[in-house]
Order: sequence, then C-alpha cells, then structure tokens
Amino acid sequence: MAEVAHAEVGHGEHHDDHHEPSFWSKYIFSTDHKIIGFQYMFTGMAMALIGGYFAYVFRMQLAFPGSSIPFWGTLSPAAYNSLVTNHGTIMIFWVAMPVLIAAMGNFLIPLMIGCDDMVFPRINRLSYQIFLLSAIVLLASFFVPGGAFGGAWTSYAPLSAKAQYNSTPFGAPLWLIAVTLEIVAFLLGGINFITTTMNARAKGMKIYDIPMMVWMIVIASILFMCSVGPLVAGAVMLLFDQTLGTAFFDANAGGDPVLWQHLFWFFGHPEVYVVLLPAMGIVAEVTCTFARKKLFAYKLILYSSIGLGILSFFVWAHHQFISGVDPRATYLFTTTTLLISIPVAIILFAFVATLYGGSIRFTTAMLFALAFTGEFLLGGVTGIWLGSSGTDIYLHDTYFVLAHFHYTFVPIAIIATFAAIYYWFPKMFGRKMNETWGKIHFWGTIIGFNGIFIPLFILGAGGQHRRIYNFQNYPDLAGADMQDMRVFATLSLIVMLVFQIPFIVNFIVSIKRGEKVGKNPWKANTLEWVAPSPPPHGNFGPVLPEVYRGPYEYSVEGREKDYWPQNEKPESEAT
Amino acid sequence: MFEFLDKFMPGILESLLPRASSYAIEIDVLFDVITILVGFWFLLVLGYFFYLIFRYRQRDGHKAEYISGETHKQKQAIEIPHYLILVCDVAIIIPTFLVWFNIKIDIPPPEEEVRIVAQQWAWTFYHAGEDKVLGTEDDIVSVNELHIKNNTQYSYHLESRDVMHSFSVPVFRLKQDAIPGRVISGHFKPILEGEWDIQCAEMCGVAHGIMGARIFIKSEAEHNAWLAANTPISEGAGILAAAKQNLSQEKKDQNNG
Repeated sequence: MAEVAHAEVGHGEHHDDHHEPSFWSKYIFSTDHKIIGFQYMFTGMAMALIGGYFAYVFRMQLAFPGSSIPFWGTLSPAAYNSLVTNHGTIMIFWVAMPVLIAAMGNFLIPLMIGCDDMVFPRINRLSYQIFLLSAIVLLASFFVPGGAFGGAWTSYAPLSAKAQYNSTPFGAPLWLIAVTLEIVAFLLGGINFITTTMNARAKGMKIYDIPMMVWMIVIASILFMCSVGPLVAGAVMLLFDQTLGTAFFDANAGGDPVLWQHLFWFFGHPEVYVVLLPAMGIVAEVTCTFARKKLFAYKLILYSSIGLGILSFFVWAHHQFISGVDPRATYLFTTTTLLISIPVAIILFAFVATLYGGSIRFTTAMLFALAFTGEFLLGGVTGIWLGSSGTDIYLHDTYFVLAHFHYTFVPIAIIATFAAIYYWFPKMFGRKMNETWGKIHFWGTIIGFNGIFIPLFILGAGGQHRRIYNFQNYPDLAGADMQDMRVFATLSLIVMLVFQIPFIVNFIVSIKRGEKVGKNPWKANTLEWVAPSPPPHGNFGPVLPEVYRGPYEYSVEGREKDYWPQNEKPESEAT
Repeated sequence: MFEFLDKFMPGILESLLPRASSYAIEIDVLFDVITILVGFWFLLVLGYFFYLIFRYRQRDGHKAEYISGETHKQKQAIEIPHYLILVCDVAIIIPTFLVWFNIKIDIPPPEEEVRIVAQQWAWTFYHAGEDKVLGTEDDIVSVNELHIKNNTQYSYHLESRDVMHSFSVPVFRLKQDAIPGRVISGHFKPILEGEWDIQCAEMCGVAHGIMGARIFIKSEAEHNAWLAANTPISEGAGILAAAKQNLSQEKKDQNNG
C-alpha cells in the first residue's frame, strides 16, 4: 500500500512540474516503446515458465503414468487435457507472439529505423494492457469451477461449443475470451509497427535500407491483420454457441462443425509465419553481425518472405485432410503446401550462403542463431511428410506431427528468442550477459531439445497419437521399447528446463553486474547501436541519425574497419 | 507399381508396425520416397552448413569477404537448388495424388460393410451379419471390438453422435475423422490376421485418452464362428422388448396390488 500512496503523490508531482517520473508512470503506465517492450518481454518470459512447467507435468505423466509427480501430485485425465491445451495456447499466443513480435518489435523498430518512439504511443500502451488482461483471464480459467479448458489448442467445435461435451462450463468461454483479447492486443500493436515503419524512418532510410528484422515484423503484422478476421468472427460465433445457445457449429440444429476448423486454420496457418518471420529477422541480424558479412541476397529474402506470406493463405486445409472436407480439395492444398518449401528454402539457403566467406565469431547469440538455421531446417523438411496428403492419412495427429511443429516452434520461440536476448541485451541494459554461462545454457538447451523430440518422431511414425494421457491403455503402444523412448524424452525435457536456470540467473545478475559496454559492443551497422546503451527516453537525444547506406555493409573492400554504420557520413561528404 | 518400388525402399514404417491392409504398402512406399528425397536435401544442406561454420570460423589474418548476393552469378547459388527442389516437389506430389486417390476417393465395390458409430467415449460397430446388408435384423453390434474377415473388401460408414472423433487404425495406415451430422464412407481390405489397436485420434473430451478399441482380423471360418456365437440385433431387440414388457407388467401388477 505504501507504494500505491507514493505513486499517487508521484503522479501529482509529475503534472505540476517535471520531476523524475514516478515508478508507476515510468514502468507501469509508460508510453515509452522500450518500457512496453520490456513489459511484453517479462510477461512472455513468465508465461514461458508456466508453459514449460505444464510440459514438465504432462511429460512426467507420459513417462511414469499414474505416479505422483513432484511439484504437482497425481494427474487426472481432465487436468492432463487442460495442461496440454494450455501449454499449446500459452506457448503460441502468450510466449511466441509477445516476445518475438511485441517485445522485439516495440523495443527495436523505433531504434532500428532511427526515430524517438512509436507513432501511436498510447495505442501501444493500451495494447500491452489488453494483453496483460488476456493473460490474467487465461490464468484465471484454472481457478473456476470445472477447471481450465481441455479441448486442445485448436478448440474444435462442437466439443468446445457445449459444456455438456467439454465439462468446462467456465473454462471454455474464458479460454476463448482470453485468446480474443490477446488478438485485439496484437492488432493494436500491429497497426503501430506498420505505421511507424512506413512513416517515421530516419532521413535517408530508403525501402531497401530497412533492416531485415524490421521488414519481417512488418510483414508478420500485415499477415496477422489479414488472417485474424475470420478467427475473431469464429470466436464470437463460438462464444455465442457456448453462452447464448446459438448453433453455428451444431449439426443437429443446422450448423456445421467443420466451419470452425476452416475459420481457425485460415488464421492458424498464417499465424505460423507470423511468428516465423520475426525469428528469421533476428537470425538475419545476428548472423550478419557475427559473420561480418553482408546479408546474402537481401531483396530475394525480402520478396521470398512476402511470397511466403501470400502463399500461407492458401494452405490452411492441409490441417484438415482427413477431417471430412471434400477429398478432391486435397489436390490443391497438397500442391500449395509443398510449394511453400520454395520460399522457405530460399530464405534458409540465403542464411547459409551468408556464412560463405565470413569470419564467424561464436558468441552465444551467434550460436543460437546458427542453431535456429540448423534446427528449423529439420522442422521445415519434416513438414513435407505431412503436407503430402497420402502420408498425412497415416501421420495426422500422431507424435510425428507434434515433433514436426516443435522443431519449427522451438527454434522460433525459444532459440531465436535467446539469440535476440543475448544479442540486444547490451542495448537493453547497457551491460553484456556472461558468455561462459551463456554457452552452458546454449548446449544444455540444444541437447535437451533434440533429446525430447527425436524419439517423438519415431514414436509418431510407430502410430502413437497425440493427447492421450496414458499409453499403457493401448496394447500396441505399451511395449517397453516405446515406453523407454517416452522416458528418454521426459528426462531430456528436464535437462532442457534445468539448463534454463543458468540463463535466468545470468539474465538477472547481468542487469546489475554484467560487463559494462558502450554504444556498439558488437561493431554492428544498424541504427540501434548509435543510441546510448541503454537508450534514454527519446532514444537518440536531440539529433536523430541520418542514413547513408544499407544495414549490412560489413567487410567492405578498401576500408580499414570491417563495419560501416548506416549513419556514418560518406568520406566525400565528411571532408 | 508400389509393390515394385517397395523392393528398393528402406521400409521404415513397416519396421515399426506391420502392414495389415491392402493400401498400407502405398503409404509406406510414399513415406520412403519422401524420406529419400527430403533426407538427401536435409543432409546436403546441413553438411554444407557445418562445413561453412568450420571453414569460415574467425582466425588470425583472415578477413571476411564482401559478397552482396545480388549479382546474377551469385543468385544462381540459390536459384539452381531451388529449381531442383521444385523438381523434388513434383516427384512427391505425383505419387501423393495416386495414393490419395486409391485410398480416399476410389472406393471399390464392397464385399462386406460395417457401420462405425463414435460417441464420448466408445466405439460401436455394426457388423452386417450373414445377409451382408447393414440395417437389417441379423446385424451384430459390438462395443469397442471390430471383427472383420481377412482378404475381404470392406466399406465402412463412419458417424459421430456428439463431437468430432477420428477413427484411426495404425496397422491399416487408415484415419478418418467422424463428424456429427455426417456419414463418411471409406474402404479397407485387411490382408493380415491378428489383433491390433484402434485409437481415437481427435481430442474428444475428458476421456479421449481411453477411447480405444481393438480390431480382430480373422480367417473366414473363425469370423463365421464369431458371427454365429453372437446375438443378432433382431434377437437382441426381441429380448429387450420382452424384458420391457415384463417390467411394465410388474409395474402394473404392483399398481394393481
């Protein structure tokens, strides 16, 4: 209470004269894009811990069915379903999106394009507040009668539409409201990202001088805005079905349950690229800086990303090959799905080609960026088995699918995010994170991650389906060799989780005690490295930077330094 | 064609679980074709990636080069592989279309039919009985047990009473969602005698995890013996009606008494 009283006083002072802003107006109700970025980042990290804890609980159940799980107890089937459902929901909507798009977008876009703040700072603040509310609503759904929603993150109707089917009369609507609020938050944020990038760039920054990270967030925001309409419409219809007794998805009353799947996946598949693109942006920045190389084929990457985004609107039914859509439709969707391999391959090839002729520094950030390229490659190619409708008949909803999308989402939401945090931490806090502990964290994360999901590919190819809380009920799946693989995956998960402790400690300790750095510790080119570390309110001081060249002019021949900041005046003008 | 190709394939799925339907081989071969094509690209790119990481690590006296990747010749480094990937895509799409057509679109005339009804959380199977026609009096109903005759072309008709379910028989390589309000038909032809799992593959509520069943594939003689040993629906209905009548008679008696 003392703090609240203090805050009110602080507010009063703030209006009267220009004292230091109070804790509340500086950190809680701030309109500064950096603070909002931090808010998103810390909320996302907290939610990641919750999502990781859920994964620990249900993987323990799968490895040691029926036993008492440390830090939880015995797990009931209903609770298992809730944990699986909310693990997926949290990791996509409350971890990948806030950290990759909102946190990085908010913190980096104004700094990278050289302006003092977002063009709509108050919309930005509103965006975070709605996002926080959505997270609270989701977590609250665990404490209502009936418990949290357990009908899978895809929330297929009619299971999700009627409490008599899903047994969560309050959990299901709360889940839906939380997701809808989260989407509203990101629409507001997306408006800001697009408008800021289009209108507030530094003088001289032409369209091809925009750093890839900024481009990727902008393309992702446009994709999000174009795809989210059907989902919001579907969510409202589903909410009406749940609470008002309408029958949009009730076949007995003339509705169509498959309609929900179309609305969901029309959003759901572009959503994958909404989080993928910013991750690729991070990897582009980090790879170029630490390979001391110009990004290979910048325009090709840019156009491939746009092509990828457009193509992603024509693949949604590959999630529904066996779900009762007209079987002839799969010919179209198989073709478009396999064509996605082309833009993705171009981007990944370009990242690999960027290493050619470089001089690679193996910092922790670079290790994570390289790991993204390598691991995502496996995640990408395993999509081909599933995009082919023939093999999907067998593999659909098995652990093969689960392993496939974890090989895409973990590199996106975990590995690329770590690359970003290790890379931009000096800019955020003016200090470096400890590299030795960073490398320990890196190897523990990567080894643990592969240890979880390689066995799951094999289990999935062996016919093990998802969302089943005890495989011992199935004679064909109860064999000791299959159970050993489940135990191995669970132990690997524990390894991966334990190795996040060094990261958390390193992060907190480095904020206060890390090695102090100047403006540009990595000798990078983009504009955020022109601002002081950490950047003050207004970022660059009284004079905003001007841009004279592209963002990746590393190792230019005939220059002494191997980097050439975007804002450095050409020698002809300087003299 | 698939039998011929199968001789040259690693047989990855078959090593994990047997093929019990006529079209399992098609999916297995397609899986192997994709594995070979995709595995080749994956190992090639990953190998080259690790080579570059090693070759261009930071060393004394070594400076990075300036390569924009924008010249025509440099772009070819990406463009040529991407045309090759397109060729691989086509090489995957064509057999995919064949397999899909054979399994999901082209339904051969059935020798036997079976009706499958999914509900929270059980499978009910209606076996056609001796007259081989569904919906007649000699149908045999079983819960969580599907009994079928080996080497017989079956049609199935899949329904759901409440939410989405998915009828999955891994040894058949068959999966089909059950949608409330629809009857979805498909086919299978068992080729291997034995007893295996049926799983529900779509999240269907609290007890989704135990919504399993067993499939029993038997020789014609054994299957007929099973049919003979079970009560057809008409007799079952007769017994049920008699029981109801008894019950109402007892009630009447009680009321009168």
